[in-house]
Amino acid sequence: MSVDVSKVATTNGTTPATAKGGKAAGAIANWADERLGLGTAMKKNIRKVFPDHWSFMLGEIALWSFVVVLLTGVFLTLWFDPSMTEIQYDGAYDPLRGVHMSSAYASSLDISFDVRGGLLMRQMHHWGAMIFIASMMIHMLRVYLTGAFRKPRELNWIIGCLLLLLGTIEGFTGYSLPDDLLSGTGVRAADGFMKASPVVGSYMSFFLFGGEFPGDAIIPRFYAMHILLIPGLLLALVAAHMLLLVYHKHTQWPGPGRTEQNVVGYPMLPVYAAKAGGFFFIVFGTIAVMGGLFSINAVWKYGPYDPSKVTAGSQPDWYMGWPDGLLRIIPAWETHIWGITLSWNVMIPILVMPPLMLMILMALPFIESWITGDKREHHLLQRPRNAPTRTAIMVALMTFYGLSWAAGGNDIIAIKLHLSINQITYFMRGAVFIGPVIAFIITRRWCISLQRHDEGKLLHGYETGVLVRSPEGGYAEKHLPLPQGQAYTLTARDDDPTPETVEEIDASGATGRTARLRKLRAKLATVFFADNVQKPTAEELHDAQHHAEHELHELESQIAAGPNRHGPADH
Amino acid sequence: MTDAHNNDAHGGELAVVEPIPDPGLPEHQWRPTDVDPAQEKRAERQVAALFGLSALATIAFLVSYFTLDVGDDWTLIGNMGASTLALGFFLGLALMLIGVGIIHWARKLMADHEMVELRHPAKSSEEDREVAVQAINDGIAESGIGRRPLIRNSLLGAVGLLGLPAVVLLRDLGPLPGKKLYHTIWGSGTANAPMRIVRDGIWTPILASDLEIGDLVNCQPDALHNPERYDIDPTEVEGVNLQIHKSKASLILLRMNPGDIKPGKDAKGESRENWTVNGIVAYSKICTHVGCPISLNERTTHHLLCPCHQSTFDLADSGKVVFGPAGRPLPQLPIAVDDEGYLVAQSDFDEPVGPSFWERDYYER
Repeated sequence: MSVDVSKVATTNGTTPATAKGGKAAGAIANWADERLGLGTAMKKNIRKVFPDHWSFMLGEIALWSFVVVLLTGVFLTLWFDPSMTEIQYDGAYDPLRGVHMSSAYASSLDISFDVRGGLLMRQMHHWGAMIFIASMMIHMLRVYLTGAFRKPRELNWIIGCLLLLLGTIEGFTGYSLPDDLLSGTGVRAADGFMKASPVVGSYMSFFLFGGEFPGDAIIPRFYAMHILLIPGLLLALVAAHMLLLVYHKHTQWPGPGRTEQNVVGYPMLPVYAAKAGGFFFIVFGTIAVMGGLFSINAVWKYGPYDPSKVTAGSQPDWYMGWPDGLLRIIPAWETHIWGITLSWNVMIPILVMPPLMLMILMALPFIESWITGDKREHHLLQRPRNAPTRTAIMVALMTFYGLSWAAGGNDIIAIKLHLSINQITYFMRGAVFIGPVIAFIITRRWCISLQRHDEGKLLHGYETGVLVRSPEGGYAEKHLPLPQGQAYTLTARDDDPTPETVEEIDASGATGRTARLRKLRAKLATVFFADNVQKPTAEELHDAQHHAEHELHELESQIAAGPNRHGPADH
Repeated sequence: MTDAHNNDAHGGELAVVEPIPDPGLPEHQWRPTDVDPAQEKRAERQVAALFGLSALATIAFLVSYFTLDVGDDWTLIGNMGASTLALGFFLGLALMLIGVGIIHWARKLMADHEMVELRHPAKSSEEDREVAVQAINDGIAESGIGRRPLIRNSLLGAVGLLGLPAVVLLRDLGPLPGKKLYHTIWGSGTANAPMRIVRDGIWTPILASDLEIGDLVNCQPDALHNPERYDIDPTEVEGVNLQIHKSKASLILLRMNPGDIKPGKDAKGESRENWTVNGIVAYSKICTHVGCPISLNERTTHHLLCPCHQSTFDLADSGKVVFGPAGRPLPQLPIAVDDEGYLVAQSDFDEPVGPSFWERDYYER
């Protein structure tokens, strides 16, 4: 596509940069293309169009923070010694000098106190990991709430869910490595989780720890997983995630000129490359500043791991907080029967709930498309309000997550707010069930009222803030019609489909299981779309406009006749 | 299967008639930097200045690296030392200024024309599909895998069997649990030298009279410090072995009014009356939920609370769970005094300590 660059800043060159770098660059390009055929691949992608919106940046934060974590992680491996061999610490940190500890912990202290920039890199690694996981979660919320997960992007949604899972495991294996008192307490709990597994629990524990807890194998094994296995999988999945993004082309918000069939935005080279590349430096720089200024995981304060010691307020990193919260609030359910033990109190919060939540997340696109029967491709994003049930489902899940997470800090809440920890726990036991339901209902109704608000703006115009008083003494606000671009954007959405009726299904001759399934689906679809506001038809808009013109006219004649005729300055 | 742009009975259609017609892309607006050479020069200088400041920050980083020592002054500012602080600040500044500079360049000086690219459906064209399916079918037919079940099945069997080495090779990850979880070093006392209970950390034995009512002491078995006294090989209580023993043998002593104690039953159903000494009770310190060391004592109630998940145990009532997620009482250690008057263990715990596991039994106290 040709672009009018007649007026573009001359420093940019009035003609797009050709291979003006001279013969050398051209010769190298020729050499490479004759062997790799890069020209064909680049022809399509060098000016690939990416749409612009702030929310598209969230996934970028995840990507760039992952790169930062890889870089800082390589630095740390140069000094970290993943060994549980007991040694006497002899480093720069006075309070622990002479103390017996594992080599892993001692080398973590060395990185912090004897290697220049070591503590910075450790803290950047930890902050980067937290930002990686947090931005993945927020990116996932963006993708879900705007409907970007719909066909053809369901598989990329699943890849994203797996990335979140792997990122979490990567985080756990990572913060367990320094072998300090806090991380050792986390590993101790993980040992308890494994032992609670039915039938094979104690075997799993003995195999993972190379014998009885804590043994001397867990740190080197976590290390292998943390720096090789999981990063390898993460890299592969990130690559697949990006390739699919390029293949599908990015979704875009509806607006004038932006349709399901096109993508409108800036070309990869130069604008998007510059913005994304520049953003990498900003993410990197932000993490560096955080690593330098904000203390995180000060392992020297906890001391080496000792199975007989623990600190009050021991908590995992925040992304593990919600299963830990469930672990705290679950009642003491254990079944003892036939000489065996079934630890529901561990299995439900740790072995059942996290995998279940992940499966629910992965299934969401398929559940929705089954209920709505929508099998079309979608490239235009939806505002959360225009899919009230979907939005409400996610807010319910977020509420469950948030309450569980808060339960993971029940001791801190009790201390800070001077409450009884028992009462907080009892409250949370109910709240994790009731909270999501309340959140669902409120969110759904809230979305629908926002839809009504949009409808009002389309039909009656926007509020100008101009109040007029009629001769009778009544007050009214002057409304004006929306600019066409805005009005178009508000109406650029699909009408919700009409679910099948029971009569239609019966009439179609379906019987047995098929009919029952279709009826269930129709019922769910009815609930899914119930009370949603559809966009006005052309006729309704026309009538409303007519009405508005009439009203405006009337209003103006009232202004002319009423006390406002001299203008507000008279009063 | 429905086509991507098909009219589906429930799906509606994509190309509906919009109530408001698409006004099309708004006209491109020239920026000040596009039309005013002065503005353009100014933006150019701004970008170069940002890059220049970044270079200064990098130099400051290098100066900090060579002038500040990380080990010397770790107490400074949030216990991070001047070195970490300066390195992080200047590195971050250098990086961010480059980022801001590049983005400023893109926004002010690079062409800002929005381009339109057409999308294609994700699926391949019908022709491509047909050719691909044909190619697969041809390949399969030529391999003869469908016509030669003997080859196919023997190959599947052989490859499937190769899964076993992958599993078997992991066997040596660790030993089988055996009865290890059922025993602690408390059972290693002898008739001549019953296992003394010593204070954790300072390893001194405890006279029953040392404790006042309400006192709580964290304890370990004497063998961890004095293995020879119990004919135990010293390497058995060093390094990793020490950690393993501590993870099972850590003990809590609590003295209370003897009248407060409600003696429960042991594994054989007999009373635990003789398990205490003058109101001193001994319980495992390892939580029966997921294994944290329990450490918070509610002095007035003889309740012990685990800081990890808040399971609360009543030490006056056989260590029963009074609150929280733990499903089993804390194991109690039967104690007595030796000839010198020091507290000792009568025997090992009569049940495994620590978190529950599948094959372990349970008995009512």
